[in-house]
Amino acid sequence: MLMVVLAVVCGAGAIYGFAVGPAGAQKGTSVNPAPAAPPTSSAQRAQIQRGRTLFLDGCSSCHGNDAKGKQNIAPTLVGAGSAAADFYLTTGRMPLSNPTDQPTRAPPAYNRQDIDALDAYVGSLGQGPAIPRVNIAMGNLANGLSSFTLHCAGCHQVGAAGGIVTGAIAPPLNDKDITPTQIAEAIRIGPYLMPNFNANQISAQDINDIARYVRSTVHPDDAGGWGIGHIGPIPEGMIAWFLAIVSLLLVARLIGEREPE
Amino acid sequence: MKQSRSPIGELVVVGALLAAGACAVAFVLLYVFDSLNAQLLGLSLGLALAFLALACVVAGKKVVDQTKGVEERPELVQEDVEKEVAEKTVALREGVSRRKLIIGAGAVAGAGLGVAAIAPLASLGPDNVSEILKASPWRKGVPLVDDSGRPLSADQFEVGSWTTAFPQNADKKALGASVVVVQILESEVLENKQWAPRGIMAYSKICTHAGCAISLFRYPTYEPTSQPPALVCPCHYSTFDVRKSAEVVFGPAGRPLPQLPLSIDANNNIVAAGGYVGNIGPAWWGVRKGT
Amino acid sequence: MSVRRKRRRREVSDEETVTDAVRFVDERLGIAPLIRAGMNYLFPDNWTFLFGEIALYSFIVLLVTGTYLAFFFDPSTAQTTYTGAYAPLHGVRMSDAYNSTLGIVFDVPAGLTIRQTHHWAALVFVVAMVVHLMRIFFTGAFRKPRDANWLIGVTLVALGIVEGFAGYSLPDDLLSGMGLAIAYGVVLSIPFVGGQLAVLIWDGNFPGSSAFIDRLFIVHVFIVPVVILALIGVHLTLVARLKHSQFPGKGRTERNVVGTPLWPAYAFRALGMLFATAAMLFLLGGLVQINPVWQYGPYEPWLGTNGAQPDWYMGWLIGALRLMPGFDFTIGNATIAGNPFFGGILFPGVVFTVLYLWPSIERRITKDRRRHDLLDRPRDKPWRTAFGSAFFTWIFTIFVAGAADRILVDVGFPYEGQVIFFRILALVLPVVVFFAVYYVCRELKASEARPLRRWYGTVVRRAPDGSYREIPVQIDSGASDGNGSRPTEEERVGGDQPRSD
Repeated sequence: MLMVVLAVVCGAGAIYGFAVGPAGAQKGTSVNPAPAAPPTSSAQRAQIQRGRTLFLDGCSSCHGNDAKGKQNIAPTLVGAGSAAADFYLTTGRMPLSNPTDQPTRAPPAYNRQDIDALDAYVGSLGQGPAIPRVNIAMGNLANGLSSFTLHCAGCHQVGAAGGIVTGAIAPPLNDKDITPTQIAEAIRIGPYLMPNFNANQISAQDINDIARYVRSTVHPDDAGGWGIGHIGPIPEGMIAWFLAIVSLLLVARLIGEREPE
Repeated sequence: MKQSRSPIGELVVVGALLAAGACAVAFVLLYVFDSLNAQLLGLSLGLALAFLALACVVAGKKVVDQTKGVEERPELVQEDVEKEVAEKTVALREGVSRRKLIIGAGAVAGAGLGVAAIAPLASLGPDNVSEILKASPWRKGVPLVDDSGRPLSADQFEVGSWTTAFPQNADKKALGASVVVVQILESEVLENKQWAPRGIMAYSKICTHAGCAISLFRYPTYEPTSQPPALVCPCHYSTFDVRKSAEVVFGPAGRPLPQLPLSIDANNNIVAAGGYVGNIGPAWWGVRKGT
Repeated sequence: MSVRRKRRRREVSDEETVTDAVRFVDERLGIAPLIRAGMNYLFPDNWTFLFGEIALYSFIVLLVTGTYLAFFFDPSTAQTTYTGAYAPLHGVRMSDAYNSTLGIVFDVPAGLTIRQTHHWAALVFVVAMVVHLMRIFFTGAFRKPRDANWLIGVTLVALGIVEGFAGYSLPDDLLSGMGLAIAYGVVLSIPFVGGQLAVLIWDGNFPGSSAFIDRLFIVHVFIVPVVILALIGVHLTLVARLKHSQFPGKGRTERNVVGTPLWPAYAFRALGMLFATAAMLFLLGGLVQINPVWQYGPYEPWLGTNGAQPDWYMGWLIGALRLMPGFDFTIGNATIAGNPFFGGILFPGVVFTVLYLWPSIERRITKDRRRHDLLDRPRDKPWRTAFGSAFFTWIFTIFVAGAADRILVDVGFPYEGQVIFFRILALVLPVVVFFAVYYVCRELKASEARPLRRWYGTVVRRAPDGSYREIPVQIDSGASDGNGSRPTEEERVGGDQPRSD
């Protein structure tokens, strides 16, 4: 009887573990990932092998030797896709020194070839989003603004100046270092607490539009003069208090007199 | 020439006035030839006014007569006049015998007319305030559509996705129309699983605190080192836990977001399985009283 | 060669020309005595007395620029598809209100400059009124006979805030639309009548019918400006009638006014202040961008943006709304007061009630019902200065709570923690400030770093060991107080145990 119960419990645990993964729920395509397409050339195989070596060196301490994650430290990378690896590595968000910190933009720790190798390795672990191809020139600015406002502005602010959500910072995107590919990758994988969007919801053309809009926010149309940070009424209030009224008080001081006379 | 109080001051005034005039001319020229150059227009007019200010201040402080004055403040109180006013007012009583009766009758008239003047205000605004505030275009079977009017398909979702949806053929601007649709893991849905097929769930997009649109969705890549899934409002950061039917877990909202039960039809399209559970939007008197 | 003989005209002096002009006006209006009184009107010269003028001149700029804008703005919710100059909005559906605002920005000559000047003037108008209010408060200028004028002033501040909010909500852009939604939520939360009132104001459920923006427009360009103008008129008339207050000093008593006459010196100085204010506003209007609504896009009830903030004078309200714990006040299933009521109605209600009642409160506490025309230095009334400092600190802390979220999160202070921190700070900091300011004032007064100017004399001090010391200070004899009564011995001594402490 005990053996039966034990078997059932183990079986249930195994099923749960299989479905959920040994390191927590996943999102997007890393939920129940299919196996990746096998490498088609020896060059590819070599790159994947090189990626694995780099992985064991720099990533396995948190993500595990098998890249299946470690409980309460880091998620599995099976099904994360080369897009995820590319995003996190080119934006310097990974490696992350403290697992409970929010991964934030930093200078990348690896060069382009190493990143390519790591991308290939992570992509080989299971089927996941491939690195998207973005063509800004084909993007429509107006559609981009509309889509961005609807899907993204709630966290990233309508002018892509960034914002906050309870528990995290939504980084500013009006940064010249942010590439269209990174924008597209983020949309597909939903890094950290960001939601993810598949091609049926935000198509490749939508991504062109959004990326074009986001890139335009690096130099917004400041027809009115000095943009004072593009975050709205707070800097405006500061100008009113610390520039306008201070200057006018100085003028008043010049006009009036001071006690005692 | 008369003695000048401040020869330098006079020169400054002249110079400033001429400069003001020049800037003003510049403004007019800009207006005619480059009228959309906001910066130069503001600069020229601003400088013209600034020079004018300089001229006036120097004139007022150096050029014109600076003699100060002293004077007595007026006595505000004139006791004899006050007494006369009070006496004349009270003199109304002279030759009037039924004073108390008249005053009482006057009070009745005043109260009645006062209420009569205010009463019509009550008819401002419709009778059916409750109906208006609770209005919703959602019914069982109404398909969800996206921002462009296309039917919302379950194919558009994966775990961690979200979007905004509306009832088909409805006025998008109505507060009751817009919903936010998210997908979380089915196993994560802790309450009202029957309204969340495959973990896809919908809630009113209008925050129950003060009416902003719920436009933040956080879904963790890895929950143990971050935060659980939630919808958040950008105005005052009310946070709604989507695993528990949008229960408020942080922030000033006093009610969860009303959930719209969903079902998925044969074409894999998402359809409302009923109206909202609860009334949408910010709180008012009847918001908790039935739908 | 013909010689033409010109009739030599008698030289007309300036004085004759002006006399003729004055006669011309006086024959028709009969106001020569009024003009004379005006020209002789004395302005005490302290620079802090000019703050009210900054507000007045900002309002004049608002009227002028606002009139220009009203010629081009279309207060209509009718939908149109944008085909104008700003590429990122091409093909977007928007209201005519938003579309006409974009027209003012991109098509109307000098439109953007005037629009930005108008908005800067609105911000500076309220700043100047607040600074002026603080000057009045901390110098005790609100005491009888100016307490009625104080009520008018506080009303003007409230109207300025409402007017500004209505004004920047007209363009129907994403940012101000979110603000209107919140205003709707606040109105709804009013006990019992909130629902009726909200549906009344918005002519239906939010976002309201097409009537709403018409009403907002009329409120903003007609109703409130007329009321503000009328109140400014009464405000200035009272100042003129009562004559301006002044600081104590040589030759100044409660019964006189020492100052500069309006004509000629003060007229030019005041004009200088007017032009300086206008100059600052137009310079800002051209050079510093404000409220770039084209970057926000049009408002829809289902859209939102992070970092949405109201203009600065509403910042205290967003702070209050964010700091309130999350509950509606209910009895059974009846919602008596929705959560926004506490931060959006009760809090400003308390603030304005305290402001309105302050002259009465102070009269009650000090039992001082005399007329005052001489001002206090803030240190002269330590308890009033301390209370005012604490009161404004309370409001300011809540303001910071609403404004600093982004900066504090960026330096590692999570938002959830901020809320708790600011709730505690808003209760504790005012108390700390009260005592700190009180003791600073007492110390400044006691140290006589700048001796009381009103009464000079020999100050007799009792040392802690019980002995007496004399400290010589100059006496300004003939100084009197209130309605002619001589200062008491206590008052004459000043410093040590003043009556109205």
